Amino acid sequence: MIVARQLSKTFRDRKRGAIEAVAGVSFCVQPGQIYGLLGANGAGKTTTLRLLATLLQPTGGTAEVAGFDVTREPAEVRARVGFLAASTALYGRLTARETLAYFGRLNGMSDADIAARTQALAHDLDMHAFLDRRCDKFSTGMKQKTSIARTLIHDPPVMIFDEPTLGLDVMAARTIVQFVRECRARGKTVIYSTHIMSEVEKLCDVIGIIHGGRLLAEGTLEALRASYREHDLEEIFVQAVGLPPAGVAGNP
Amino acid sequence: MNGRRILTIYAKELRDMLRDRRTLVSMIVIPTLLMPLIVGVVVFISVKVIRQARAEAPVVMVIGGDDSPGLRAALGAHGRLRVMPAAEDWRTRVAAKTVRAAVEIPSGFDGALARGEPATVKIHHYEGELRSGFAVAELQRFLGDYRERVVSARLAERGLPATFVKPFSVQTANVAPPEKVGGNVVGGIIPYMFLLLCFTGAMYPAMDLTAGEKERGTMETILCSPVSRLDLVLGKFLMVLTASLGTVVCSLLSMVGTVTLGGPLVLSMAGAARAGASAAALPTLDPLGLAAVLVLVLPMAVFFSALLLSIALFAKSFKEAQSYLSPLVIVIILPAVAGVLPGVELNAKLALVPILNVSLASKELVSGVWHWPHLALIFGSTSLYAAGALALAVRMFNREDVLFRT
Repeated sequence: MIVARQLSKTFRDRKRGAIEAVAGVSFCVQPGQIYGLLGANGAGKTTTLRLLATLLQPTGGTAEVAGFDVTREPAEVRARVGFLAASTALYGRLTARETLAYFGRLNGMSDADIAARTQALAHDLDMHAFLDRRCDKFSTGMKQKTSIARTLIHDPPVMIFDEPTLGLDVMAARTIVQFVRECRARGKTVIYSTHIMSEVEKLCDVIGIIHGGRLLAEGTLEALRASYREHDLEEIFVQAVGLPPAGVAGNP
Repeated sequence: MNGRRILTIYAKELRDMLRDRRTLVSMIVIPTLLMPLIVGVVVFISVKVIRQARAEAPVVMVIGGDDSPGLRAALGAHGRLRVMPAAEDWRTRVAAKTVRAAVEIPSGFDGALARGEPATVKIHHYEGELRSGFAVAELQRFLGDYRERVVSARLAERGLPATFVKPFSVQTANVAPPEKVGGNVVGGIIPYMFLLLCFTGAMYPAMDLTAGEKERGTMETILCSPVSRLDLVLGKFLMVLTASLGTVVCSLLSMVGTVTLGGPLVLSMAGAARAGASAAALPTLDPLGLAAVLVLVLPMAVFFSALLLSIALFAKSFKEAQSYLSPLVIVIILPAVAGVLPGVELNAKLALVPILNVSLASKELVSGVWHWPHLALIFGSTSLYAAGALALAVRMFNREDVLFRT
């Protein structure tokens, strides 16, 4: 479970002064649920997820992940989180098996547990053919599978995905989406950020629309459609963030 | 702090680095080949040049002296010179190096000698040219002997003993042990090489493990694992330190190998006749002093590793890190070179100046001088700087604005 309470992050920039990247965001994600954080570039999605993964320290508010506080017990939180982002790459000079072993050890697993878990993940993700090859020689698909296995090696109850399909082709993106669904099916708490409307529509149980660091709307797709009296998610998004509806600007 | 996690990170970084050809080159290949290469090339060229120059009897030209057959005949009979007939363009020939030197005999030289009047013989040479120098030396030796013979003849004529013109002689004797002689010449250079290699050895991994990881996107991957930032920085630091010390050890082994294997080779190359002189030119270093230098280099390596790690972490990309670290090589070279300069001696104040202190102490140590208070001061202050640099590295790894700098 993830509970964010008035989570805030202000960056200090010498030129631009204080920048409120995340301002008082509160939400709750239940186990077996996919929470979709929908927002444009620079809306505060990545910062919010980095705060949850304890990569960054909040400047205000707090969050609880799998029962641990992100500010007081960051190591405990990280031990229960699988974090996959477009920006989390693999070590090119390690093989897939060595990568899994490395992250397994950092998670305090025994060698026997790591071996068993690697075997299971390689079977689930069909990785046997390239398990002992170096990651820098991998195709995008192989890298994706290895990254997924890396996030799952310690079987975390909470999964955080930060625009995981960014820059991927249709097939690779489908693998990811399928994997996110499986996480939900196994009862994991999942939070997923994206700016792609169709992914949110297909995947997410609850949608939070974030803009300018603030959570402007939240609810199931049906609930959002009902409250905005609009079927198209893109229109709902535009109304929620307060941009003029498409077409209006050109027709006085 | 979690020892097991630090070791896990260290082991992974070590494996990662050993699979990287660039690290292997900078850590093992270059330091191993550098020493024998430098020593080999220098010894080979100098031995060859000197041997060739010595083997060849210098060509000299005698100008004037047509009325002094005595000196001319003696010059012509001297086996170590090849006398060429005089020519108008002798100056050009000396400059063109076809003639090594020209000896100018004033007119009426033999007559002046016979009358006991003063006379001056002039040697024209090409300053700075090695073989011209040999010709001058040979001419001076010959003319000196010739003068001695004249003096002896005059003394004999007057029935005076040889001590009449040479009432006493002067001798110089060396009290410095042989390692002190070798130490001053080579002693400054070898520890200086250690310092430089210790720095350059740490440079590449420090960049690869920080800015390189940011650039490749693996920094975020490792930061979202349960490992603490302290464990992460210590594991990485150990790896950089290993590379730094590995570089020094490789160069040291290579140096020992060069001296033990290459020494006899140099002697045989120099030839039996000059064996004594070549043996004196070879560095004779105090091995215990060399070991002490390594002990001083240890905190220096810690200092370099931690400092490079801190600075490189600030960079967003490998290239940016390179632009920060490359100028630092000069900062390292300057104090190290100052230590090699003659006249700069270690004192309590200089013992606190990083790099320079180790450089100066190394020069003394390899030449067999042990000044314990200074050594303690250097080890203590360098350790302190090292601890400071390590604390800085830990601080940098805990700064979000450094780790996620955009």
